[in-house]
Amino acid sequence: MAQNTRTTPAGTPTNVTQNHTKGGIGESTLRPDGTLKVTGEFAYSSDMWHEDMLWGQTLRSTVAHALIENIDISEAVAMPGVYAVLTYDDLPAKMKNYGLEIQDTPVLANGRVRHHGEPVALVAADHPETARRAAAKIKIDYKELPLVTDEASALAPDAPLIHEGRDDHHSGHVPHPNIVHRQPIIRGNVAEARKRADVIVEGEYTFGMQDQAFLGPESGLAVPAEDGGVDLYVATQWLHSDLQQIAPVLGLPPEKVRMTLSGVGGAFGGREDISMQIHACLLALRTGKPVKIVYNRFESFFGHVHRHPAKLYYEHGATKDGKITHMKCKIVLDGGAYASASPAVVGNASSLSVGPYVIDDVDIEAIALYSNNPPCGAMRGFGAVQACFAYEAQMDKLAAKLGMDPVEFRQLNAMEQGTIMPTGQVVDSPAPVAELLRRVKARPLPPEQQWLAAGEEADVRALPGGLSNTTHGEGVVRGIGYAVGIKNVGFSEGFDDYSTARVRLEVINGEPVAMVHTAMAEVGQGGVTVHAQIARTELGVTQVTIHPADTQVGSAGSTSASRQTYMTGGAVKNTCEAVRAKALELGRRKFGSYHPAWATAELLLEGGKVVTDGGEVLADLADVLEGEAIDEELEFRHRPTQAFDLVTGQGNGHVQYTFAAHRAVVEVDTELGLVKVVELATAQDVGKALNMLSVVGQIQGGTTQGLGVAVMEEIIVDPKTAKVRNPSFTDYLIPTILDTPTIPVDVLELADPNAPYGLRGLGEAPTLSSTPAVLAAIRAATGLELNKTPVRPEHLTGT
Amino acid sequence: MDFLRPASWEEALAAKAEHPTAVPIAGGTDVMVEINFDHRRPEYLLDLNRISELAQWEVGQDSVRLGPSVPYTKIMENLRTELPGLALASHTVASPQIRNRGGVGGNLGCASPAGDAHPSLLSSGADVEVESQARGVRLIPIDEFYKGVKRNALEADELIKAVHIPKADGPQQFSKVGTRNAMVIAVCAFGLALHPETRTVRTGIGSAAPTPIRAKAAEEFLNAALEEGGFWDNGKIITPSIAKQFATLASGACNPIDDVRGTANYRRHAVGVMARRTLMWTWESYRGDNGRTLEGAA
Repeated sequence: MAQNTRTTPAGTPTNVTQNHTKGGIGESTLRPDGTLKVTGEFAYSSDMWHEDMLWGQTLRSTVAHALIENIDISEAVAMPGVYAVLTYDDLPAKMKNYGLEIQDTPVLANGRVRHHGEPVALVAADHPETARRAAAKIKIDYKELPLVTDEASALAPDAPLIHEGRDDHHSGHVPHPNIVHRQPIIRGNVAEARKRADVIVEGEYTFGMQDQAFLGPESGLAVPAEDGGVDLYVATQWLHSDLQQIAPVLGLPPEKVRMTLSGVGGAFGGREDISMQIHACLLALRTGKPVKIVYNRFESFFGHVHRHPAKLYYEHGATKDGKITHMKCKIVLDGGAYASASPAVVGNASSLSVGPYVIDDVDIEAIALYSNNPPCGAMRGFGAVQACFAYEAQMDKLAAKLGMDPVEFRQLNAMEQGTIMPTGQVVDSPAPVAELLRRVKARPLPPEQQWLAAGEEADVRALPGGLSNTTHGEGVVRGIGYAVGIKNVGFSEGFDDYSTARVRLEVINGEPVAMVHTAMAEVGQGGVTVHAQIARTELGVTQVTIHPADTQVGSAGSTSASRQTYMTGGAVKNTCEAVRAKALELGRRKFGSYHPAWATAELLLEGGKVVTDGGEVLADLADVLEGEAIDEELEFRHRPTQAFDLVTGQGNGHVQYTFAAHRAVVEVDTELGLVKVVELATAQDVGKALNMLSVVGQIQGGTTQGLGVAVMEEIIVDPKTAKVRNPSFTDYLIPTILDTPTIPVDVLELADPNAPYGLRGLGEAPTLSSTPAVLAAIRAATGLELNKTPVRPEHLTGT
Repeated sequence: MDFLRPASWEEALAAKAEHPTAVPIAGGTDVMVEINFDHRRPEYLLDLNRISELAQWEVGQDSVRLGPSVPYTKIMENLRTELPGLALASHTVASPQIRNRGGVGGNLGCASPAGDAHPSLLSSGADVEVESQARGVRLIPIDEFYKGVKRNALEADELIKAVHIPKADGPQQFSKVGTRNAMVIAVCAFGLALHPETRTVRTGIGSAAPTPIRAKAAEEFLNAALEEGGFWDNGKIITPSIAKQFATLASGACNPIDDVRGTANYRRHAVGVMARRTLMWTWESYRGDNGRTLEGAA
């Protein structure tokens, strides 16, 4: 029956059962999707297929800022195989915008485009090539408008307003309507403290626009349902946030939009915002047919937000014995045409701009601009990355000016448990900043001139340029650099951040089995592995089934902000504890009379049995559960946070802090300006490693992403046109395995008493300090100031 | 789009004669990218994959007759001794998967200034053998092959049959600058071959002018300097001033542009550095190969 095939497209996720006799928390259990992914058998969202489906195509603006004077769809509609062509006028509901925090993003352009690549029209056709060709036949008359491309053009007296008539919750306090949000933080008295400074250093730093460069482009499949609603299968980072934004513009109640996570090929923040979700639903509801949309790499560069490029102005002072006296900074983030996560990025950049240091007197300001550049939002590190690049450069400058060792100088000023942040928040769990630095510094250095290790001939693979054979050692200078960073974990500033987990415990084929059902987006971080480990530890079972993530269960929050193991992991733990309590209660009712320990002892579930804390077995769990299933769905919240005061920036804004340090060893071909990163050693406190293999993988991945932005990654936007010049993997380069150095990882486990199992979110911190460590090493090798990332050969050769 | 699949070379020439707009395709590593991105939509694709001789090579007395479809991997594995410059360049082509498909014919047919094979073909002094049904075979010297940005000397009815590359009679080198250590399009590239038999040096520059070019003034200067100093016979170390002048002239041969991959100034600079380095490497190798004991040798 047609309706049956409609509800089950090929390539959507199914239950994943993991059977491990061991494999509780702390074990390096292998991921259930690992083999499938490396053998190419895993179904990603782009692999989904539905009988009778159509292909959707987005037509995007070819200019950055313009009025749309006319759209002519007649030729496109007339093409055989085309089922629908939609523009703004076809939007079905009163609500026509969406957005994470500010609903300023049009589903389709309404008479005006504000950035290069903005969606203007949609096509559904029976073949993807037909859809592409039909989209190309849509004629749009643009009347170009003046551009806002940087702080000066955004705040000029006659600056065009990117969004006129703003009434969002930040519009009342920003000094200019082209500023999305502004967050100052004032603490102490900088003017007084400055007088104590024996040395003062200033710096102006530029951070380039980085792309998340996830490998699986945006894609999904929308299937219209009989009840007038829609089933959407999509790769995203937060199902429920998508749902909140999708339903209103479709004019549907939320319960009629049912979402299921499909295979996600990486995210790194780039899937926090809506991409093709609404477009596919609109086309499916219009045509009555399933509609699949898959971006290609080119479109993907326009299909998601990027890391904010930033200008950072810093001043630090220090006494001659090496104590930092004060810090002043201004951080200007370019948010591009729409708000996305810019307000939260501003909050992070400002509150973490001081770095992991004790500085009592600060004057901080962070703003995000509206401009006609590509929209920017969430990316791994979220505002803290840009700040870390700048303050770590400042630390090296201060140390150099004082004639001190850069690591010792940092250690002298390092924060620790009990330090007060510029926001007034007390760091109330371990903050082993000095220890992390000590560990990376103490590591033996990789041998010099490794390219000669094999014999007389230089092994070019070990040299800058690699197999491109640009040097056999000529011009090559080694440099070593250090950096350390601080990142927050979880959603901050008073956000009601919670995760939901449903756990069902029952006997199947004589075995107790736990089913864990959450809406957590598995984007590659390994949550599906960790959830099974938690269930095993808490419920003493070997078999755990992970239900596909969907909106039939409560929100799991976003897979971002290093929060999922803490939050949804915490929710699974929490729910498992409730299930365990019910199981024990059931056991007491059934078997309590057989043994007094049922009433008196601390009872545990271990190895499929109910045991006392003394190890005595009271019953098989299977017997306890016989004929009954325990099913619980509970929400889990971290401790509440507060908004930052809009004038002083004071407030207990963050949940938890996380720290990592890096030592970079680079070899630079100083004549050609080519860099080989030889080693990136790192040390990080993770509180408690639930799965060490995953922990090390996350740290190495984050480190590599930081390396990428240090030496090659940048979306280049032409300042004259605000158009993206390199939207391809031919010209947006990310590190290959030959660019990836040895990454020794030193993991500390200092428990945070406030967190589940004492764990500390860990996914982002390595992305912070990796970049400035590489920059510091290149500076050490070349003696150049290098205030911009990425470092290009031109910067190193003065060409 | 029609897909023509000739079973023989003769059929291929006939098809090309009948459909001069047909785009030949072998490994497809360039043509398919262009088609997938809709940068070109040819009326006809002329698939050369059934013509097995195009993927073969013959090592002759003086030169290698290289089929245009011989994949780069095969060049790296089998022709390192005969064609060291091209083998080095082959190493830098994209990724292993692409090197298993792509061949020199694609670089020549596309004639992009960034093609990795060009500098070594120029420095070796290769000849491109082309054929048409109407006029038969002709040999195009590589110096006359590149006509403009992505334009070559082929007539519309001609196909590339083989490339004749003189076997190395001396050391050869190839260097390429990219902004990552693998799988990167050239920002610029430099090939250099010493030809002791003729006592000449030939060069090739990639990605630093509208077409691949030779640094002719640099070659002439160096040829004269080597001759004058008796370097070919006495095997002396090349003086820094000669190397520097050679590098300067190589830079001067460039006519580069600013683009997302690099600035014109950087390209000029980098070509100079590569010219100096590849000269030193080849010359040291020449001295070493000749087993000379020389004053001042390290």
